[in-house]
Amino acid sequence: MLLQTIEAVRKQLQNGSLDAAELYRACLRRTELIKDLNAFVSIQKEFRPHKWSKQNPSRLNNIPIAIKDNFCTKGIPTTCGSRMLKDFVPPYNATVVEKLFNQGAVIIGKCNLDEFAMGSGTVDSIHGPTKNIWRSNIAYSVNNQEVKLPVDWRIAGGSSGGSAVAVATGTCFAALGSDTGGSARNPAAHCGIVGFKPTYSTVSRHGLVPLVNSMDVPSILARTVSDATTVYGVICGRDPFDSTTVDIDITPEKPYPIDPSQIRIGIPMEYHPSGLSEEVLAAWEMVASIFEKAGSSVKKISLPHTKYSISCYSVLNQAEVASNMARYDGLKYGYRPNEGTSVESLYAEARATALGQVVKARILAGNYFLLQRNYKKYFEKALKVRRLIVNDFLEVWKSVDILITPTTLTEAPSLSEFCKLDNRQQCSSEDYCTQPCNLAGCPAISVPVRLSANGLPIGIQLIAPNYKDFFLLAVSNWLEKNVSFPKLDLIDTETIK
Amino acid sequence: MRLMNLIRGSQHRNLAQLSDIIIAEKRSKWIPVVGLEIHVQLKSNAKLFSPSTTIFGAPANTNVSLFDAAIPGTLPVLNKKCVELGVYTALALSCDVNSVSFFDRKHYFYADLPAGYQITQQRAPLACNGQLEFPVYQPGVHKKPYTKLSKIHQMQLEQDSGKSLYDINGRNLVDLNRAGVPLIEIVFAPDLSDGYEAAALVKELILILRRIETCSCKMEEGALRIDANVSVHKEGESLGIRTETKNIGSIRGVSHAVNYEIKRQIDLLESGGMVTNETRAWDAFLDETVPMRDKEMKQDYRFMPEPNLPPLRLDSMENTEENISVSKLKQSLPELPAESREKLAKSFDLLPETVIQLVNIEDLFLIFNSIMKENKNRNAKTVATILLVELMTLINKGLTDFNDGKFNEVKLGNIVDLIQSGDININIAKLVMEEIANGNNNSPKEIITALGLWQVKDTDELTQICIKIIKDNPEIVNQYKKGKKKVLFALLGKVASETNKKAKMDVVAELLKEMLKD
Repeated sequence: MLLQTIEAVRKQLQNGSLDAAELYRACLRRTELIKDLNAFVSIQKEFRPHKWSKQNPSRLNNIPIAIKDNFCTKGIPTTCGSRMLKDFVPPYNATVVEKLFNQGAVIIGKCNLDEFAMGSGTVDSIHGPTKNIWRSNIAYSVNNQEVKLPVDWRIAGGSSGGSAVAVATGTCFAALGSDTGGSARNPAAHCGIVGFKPTYSTVSRHGLVPLVNSMDVPSILARTVSDATTVYGVICGRDPFDSTTVDIDITPEKPYPIDPSQIRIGIPMEYHPSGLSEEVLAAWEMVASIFEKAGSSVKKISLPHTKYSISCYSVLNQAEVASNMARYDGLKYGYRPNEGTSVESLYAEARATALGQVVKARILAGNYFLLQRNYKKYFEKALKVRRLIVNDFLEVWKSVDILITPTTLTEAPSLSEFCKLDNRQQCSSEDYCTQPCNLAGCPAISVPVRLSANGLPIGIQLIAPNYKDFFLLAVSNWLEKNVSFPKLDLIDTETIK
Repeated sequence: MRLMNLIRGSQHRNLAQLSDIIIAEKRSKWIPVVGLEIHVQLKSNAKLFSPSTTIFGAPANTNVSLFDAAIPGTLPVLNKKCVELGVYTALALSCDVNSVSFFDRKHYFYADLPAGYQITQQRAPLACNGQLEFPVYQPGVHKKPYTKLSKIHQMQLEQDSGKSLYDINGRNLVDLNRAGVPLIEIVFAPDLSDGYEAAALVKELILILRRIETCSCKMEEGALRIDANVSVHKEGESLGIRTETKNIGSIRGVSHAVNYEIKRQIDLLESGGMVTNETRAWDAFLDETVPMRDKEMKQDYRFMPEPNLPPLRLDSMENTEENISVSKLKQSLPELPAESREKLAKSFDLLPETVIQLVNIEDLFLIFNSIMKENKNRNAKTVATILLVELMTLINKGLTDFNDGKFNEVKLGNIVDLIQSGDININIAKLVMEEIANGNNNSPKEIITALGLWQVKDTDELTQICIKIIKDNPEIVNQYKKGKKKVLFALLGKVASETNKKAKMDVVAELLKEMLKD
């Protein structure tokens, strides 16, 4: 039941063959089973059913959905994984949360993340790291075969790692993540699910605690492309509270069929950096050949400025972080130290105590880039590079419809290996393939395609031109049907049916 | 302490006057350069980026949206009305309105700046290259008015900050009601040379803003705040080091602060000192500029484009409700004060200073126009005298104001007509107006009749009085006959007091001259 698509479950809920409260209980039970993975920051134990009528069935009728803990939820703490906002209870709902509610969704809980979404592993959180379900000590099966590999803790990816694990383990049918440089696609790839970052400006950021305003996109973690499409149809569109959003005319509930022979695929040669693992490369080739066999034209293309992308991303990211973090001063909300001797000492104390090392390092770097004497040298130059990267994409869209690239360079690294690197090193390899799409604003999705020799998922990224979100989803849906990625399920010894 | 301040304050007021003289003396040697930056609060019901109201004087922290308090996740949404008010103001100041402008973040830490940055327009402001031409006339300082022009570098839209307050326990409190209130900052070129010119510029700006209704101009509510940049240098030398005096909140403050600062700098330089580039505050109580208490280091504001607001494009969405049409706004501009003055001067042959005074007070200007419109034969100078001298005297005494309904254009017009017809003279007009100001609701004619104030203009009656005065004052008459024609005024005075100032004096003068001929 819990691994079915949203569409299938909704039908059962509507025809009465499935009880909404029972469904919710089953999801809660799963959150108990995976407690060790630390995917959830808070759980809504009480089921608050959505009242619906047959005349006006909503798209997410009583479907449990999880929310990354950097989306504001009225009355529910929103910590951003930071000590600074540990006790922050927003007085309003993010627009995307409001839209989910309006379509009948029920929120099962809030999910763990790197502090203020700054990371690619979900290891830097005040709540502790989130662990991957794959190779964990939680009993699970793959395609109904119990997995008997030795436990080897893997990172969940990040920064939406909590959301990804929540979805992968069937505690909910989809989760909201946010994606600034790959934060939804990356954990999706590591957890064997779908991670969809829509076109910038098609989903409202109102209520998403910002990391980088010009790149953040509320994103969807789901088990199938079809579910991602359903949720995207609900949350997209113009929002008067976010001036950067645009109208979306048609919002289909599920992916439309495509003819692969009509599709031109581009393989960008720059997405083959030195750290790319053999297995990911093989998976990439496999996907390309699936399209080729189906009649798609597949050709190598070039995005020549890709190699500058990560540095450009890094400068812009840190500059905006420095600015966005300026409001956390301990005066209005969040962590408040004991009264200092002056306003300045209060600020210093609050920020020194309640912000993590990664956050502070980015603030420091960002302020450096924004200094009057450095602005032209770093920030302005980064903006120019960003334009070159945008132009790279615009150029290739003249000859191809979809780009196919790896999502991550490797399978999920082990927690201990990953933590040997610092945040900057982690992000520059983990985000290598994903962040250019955030610079360009184009939609991108990670689809799980196969398991590695270690029994870990590998995801492949598909990219489409801006505003071709439903087309991207349609192509990804076709791919998903043609790779048959194995199904993971939890084994619950107490409720053996 | 308070008493001491009072005493010191009064001393300084005398000093301020003295300084004017000193400044004038030193003019030949020192050239002061003055430039203003003025923050104008736009008359919008909602804030620049949030729907909170902007009502002044509301209980602390009651007009605060989530955005105003920088609650995480909130985003700015530009208020169209504020843009229109800004564009309208820019047009009234002959600025080039930029069809595309951008918003930027200006960062600094301050308790009343909740986001840690202010959203302003640094790279491409709403408008630039404007100018303001205005008359400078301070009775007692200037013999006659002259016209001055100050260029406008740029005009940007920006948010106001909140207010820091200190309670009696020394606690620092913050009121965010003002946070996010829409402002335009007008940056003038350093084209002025003293405090009077600076004050005159502000006066003219207020007139314009009131006329186009984009700002309440209530300086006591902080609706208009002036920063003055002042430097002095010697002729032929490059500009001196400037100081910035911030947040001056009155017109008088502007002229005093600038003149004080000029004198301070000259004194400093003459005694071998150096002017430091610093931010100063105007202490209205001490009547002097003082260095800002928290002497901050030079701030690096770390400007950055505001990523949550798309470029502001005017005239970009034709035929939609969201469009802001610059040309339409331009067409709807009312007559501006400069034009009013020109028209008045041309139509009525009034002195420049009279015209300035009439236009300076919007209510006077309106009444003047109504009175003149009602009857084209009225003498503009008489009307101006009745308004500028007699009515203003009553207003300054606090006996009436423009809104209490005691005076209107009909009553004032009647008084003017009675003067012109010779039924009353200016002295009687004064009495009648005092009566009205004291609450008499009757028409001027009824009042004149009731008080027996009609002017004596009957020749026979006046002849009798003149005969009596000539008879009673043989010595004066003698002097006159000996050729000392000036003493006629003495006789005229006698006639006036004999008739309780009701005699029509031009007739009396003719009669007396005639009688004393032989």
